Amino acid sequence: MTAPTKNESTVLWEVFLQERSGSPHTHAGSIRAADAEMALQNARDVYARRGLPESVWVVRTTDITTSSATDRESFFEPVKDKTFRHTRDYVVPRDIERLER
Amino acid sequence: MNRSAAEVLLRLGDDYLINGQRLSEWCGHAPMLEEDIALTNIALDSFGAAQLIYTMLISEGIHKGSADDLAFARSEREYLNCQLAEQPNGDFAHTILRQFIFDAFAFHFLSNLKQMNEPIVRSVAAKLLKEKTYHLRHSGEWVVRLGDGTDESRSRTENAFKSLWRFVPELFVDDDIILAANKETNFPLYSTLKSEFQETIATIYGRAKLEIPMMKNSGRTTGRRGIHTEYLGHLLSEMQILRRSYPGAAW
Repeated sequence: MTAPTKNESTVLWEVFLQERSGSPHTHAGSIRAADAEMALQNARDVYARRGLPESVWVVRTTDITTSSATDRESFFEPVKDKTFRHTRDYVVPRDIERLER
Repeated sequence: MNRSAAEVLLRLGDDYLINGQRLSEWCGHAPMLEEDIALTNIALDSFGAAQLIYTMLISEGIHKGSADDLAFARSEREYLNCQLAEQPNGDFAHTILRQFIFDAFAFHFLSNLKQMNEPIVRSVAAKLLKEKTYHLRHSGEWVVRLGDGTDESRSRTENAFKSLWRFVPELFVDDDIILAANKETNFPLYSTLKSEFQETIATIYGRAKLEIPMMKNSGRTTGRRGIHTEYLGHLLSEMQILRRSYPGAAW
């Protein structure tokens, strides 16, 4: 995700939709708009045409910090062997009908 | 259903139909992809609104046939849309300003239909008001950005205003039909919407740093009687050609 050049009058935004109250906002795609209000409208027009999202977030792409490919080795690989971090040894009590992950 | 009320509703349905047809002309041609989708979405909303109104009038026994018949099979003098709706798109500023004027009028008209006696009309109005609230937000915010934008966007907006403002008086003149509808079914008189409309225009124009326009008192009401500008005939020939060439065609 590169920063916009000085001559670009529209900014790139990432769009996140929340399907149900309480659900996380999930990434739906990106749009271009000059400012936050138009970004919100464009996101609604482009990504909320079908279905009934509860809420829409728009974030300037340049405001998102991401991990890079070179980070992967030190950030994520060591975690693979740390199975003690998972809740695999708990016994689910008899009375619990449904356990949501 | 009261006949005068039905005619006022047909006017609104035709406003939506013609407005939708004009907006659909932008499909594939808008200045940016997001606006292409926005304008065509609004066009679809408008066709849906026309269909809802036509279907209601048919179920109340006012018209025969289907909503498609009302949309495609009438001749020019049978359409009762305001002359504003049939004006050509021009550039983006022209389309946006035309849309903003119509949205401001329709928003206040629909908001005031709550006081009517007929529940079916109130429920249709409530549904259409939700969509119209969004349309008004979209066109209003664009007027702000075009007015308070570059020198070019500002001058295009001012030119659009010069060409379109003369179609505003027609929206607020009380003729025999609306007077009867008001007396018999409590339809809001067009003239009572003027001050709310003016306030909406002034708020957006203020933010757009444009000179707030004066409301004119006189104007032609002929669109409401089926007498249109030279543009409607051409619009209708394009809109109706498929159905006229292949009557009864199905997709």
